[in-house]
Amino acid sequence: MISGYPLYLLGRLGQFALVVFIGINIAFIVTHATPIDPVEQSIAAATQFGSTSPEAIALMRQSLKELYGLEGGLAEQYASFWRRVAVGDFGPSLSAFPTPVSVLIGRALPWTVSLLVVSTLLTWALGNLLGGLAGYYAKNRTLRLAGLLAMAFHPIPYYIVAFLLLIVFGYLWPVLPISGGYKMNMARDWSWEFIGSLLIHGILPVCSLALVGLGGWFMGMRSLVSNIVTEDYVTYAELGGVKRGRILGSYVMRNALVPQITGLAMSLGAIFNGAIITEQVFGYPGVGTLLVSAVHVGDYSLVLGITTVSIVAVSLAVLLIDLLYPLLDPRVKAR
Amino acid sequence: MGRSFLDLLRLNRQFAAGVVLLSLVTLFALLSFVSPYPPNDSFVVPPDLPPSWTNLMGTTSRGQDLFWLLTFAIRNTLLFGITVAVISRILALVIGLVAGYSGGLVDRALMSINDTFIVIPLFPILVLFYFVMKDHMSWSLLALMMACLGWAYDARLIRSVALSLRTREFTETGIFSGMSMRRILVEEHLPYVLPIVFSTTMNNINWSIGFEVTLSVLGFTDINTPTVGVLIYWANQHTALVAGIWWWIFFPVLLVILTFIGLFLLAVSMNEHIDPRSRLGRSEG
Repeated sequence: MISGYPLYLLGRLGQFALVVFIGINIAFIVTHATPIDPVEQSIAAATQFGSTSPEAIALMRQSLKELYGLEGGLAEQYASFWRRVAVGDFGPSLSAFPTPVSVLIGRALPWTVSLLVVSTLLTWALGNLLGGLAGYYAKNRTLRLAGLLAMAFHPIPYYIVAFLLLIVFGYLWPVLPISGGYKMNMARDWSWEFIGSLLIHGILPVCSLALVGLGGWFMGMRSLVSNIVTEDYVTYAELGGVKRGRILGSYVMRNALVPQITGLAMSLGAIFNGAIITEQVFGYPGVGTLLVSAVHVGDYSLVLGITTVSIVAVSLAVLLIDLLYPLLDPRVKAR
Repeated sequence: MGRSFLDLLRLNRQFAAGVVLLSLVTLFALLSFVSPYPPNDSFVVPPDLPPSWTNLMGTTSRGQDLFWLLTFAIRNTLLFGITVAVISRILALVIGLVAGYSGGLVDRALMSINDTFIVIPLFPILVLFYFVMKDHMSWSLLALMMACLGWAYDARLIRSVALSLRTREFTETGIFSGMSMRRILVEEHLPYVLPIVFSTTMNNINWSIGFEVTLSVLGFTDINTPTVGVLIYWANQHTALVAGIWWWIFFPVLLVILTFIGLFLLAVSMNEHIDPRSRLGRSEG
């Protein structure tokens, strides 16, 4: 009988497989719900400008038919759809023919991943820290004000916040670059100048993601901490003369972090949505911008490729958090 | 119910502020019924007029009176949120209550599916959906799609309450006196979870409106039904900001932000009200 960590591991891996399975199935169902002939429509859209050789069109039609799964019966369609997804082969991009879709996504993915990692870690750490302080020092006016601000931005969708920042820093007070991932025409040679340009271009996307995200972690942590401080062991530590900073850091916040990690894993999908929406507003060269432009030029393979890659990538990230979770919560191993 | 509403209004400033904000927004949406212009008519007033006493919010470059257009837009946006919320509530209640009551394998299977829907990034899927539907995309279709994808978070909450209700004595009594599972869930358990359902409804409306606005600003919905997002989409199409027609962007954004904050305040304060510990803390001081 397996128990403890291996069992936990098995459960998480199973959940990962299920997420990918259901996600890809939703994509399959969605693409088969269409009442129009997507293949001819896509080819018409793609060949609208300029001439394309008949061989190229035939190749396009073949991969589109397989991707849309229009070849053979439904079972066969389903199988070929999975085969394409499993090897990550979404055929050539229609808008950037003949570059494969996987190459385009591979080029955009590092941008999205780094934007996500930086903004999520920053937001999560800052939100939890401030929330913990606000829960522990409940009467502090500065912290109350910070909480009020974080809460005011929290319910506004990512798009609107990004849009507001764009207006403020693009039209009213133009001090920050509002578009692109680095200065145009700059050599990508990892010089200090280039890295500086990367950082400056990242400020607005990261800030708009942080503005929306902070409130959630702040409120969660504050209510967790304000519940924990009423526990007997905290009162005991206070009476025993343990320093307040140490009580908060080692006894209160550490326990409160456990549900916040679970919360992070659960909200990763939503954060990902936010990131790719934000990218599009600031023209950041990541997956989100690629997705929106793919829709505008009618590049079906690219849209489908991005959707499936997103599903797999997000569930991989969740799996990663799940695997690190036992480090914080030793009860998982003991079970 | 009526009493706790009055209590909330009296004791909880967040709740009071939320109610005031949402009443204003709703009142504004109701004005659409007395609008002098149909929503899809253009060039009924001179274009590009700044806000004045005759055109309270100015006019658009398409010759529409922004004030009256916005009443239709916010009405459609609110209706969208409510439609998604109602359908997804039914799904969340059924799945949450059944999972919590049954426990064991059924619970585990349902919650695995549930967690899947929480994790999957919905934005690319909704974009893909628009991409294959294109001109067949409609307001109601999007609402249905969002409802099918947006029940999971709340089902988990409902299930956690149902799980503890399952161990309560009155549930045992019900089982031993021969009540069916359906009757126990509907007559005994449902009243206990309703307070959470109310608070999550506000969050769900916020969530779905947020997606609707985002998708329509990008032009990924039916752009001929006026919603707040569609309004901003047309403003962007006419490069309103560059042309200096700031009111075309300002008023829709302002209105939608007020709606979000109002809904959010209601959700947060109701949530607090449900938890008696924080409720006591508030009424003490």
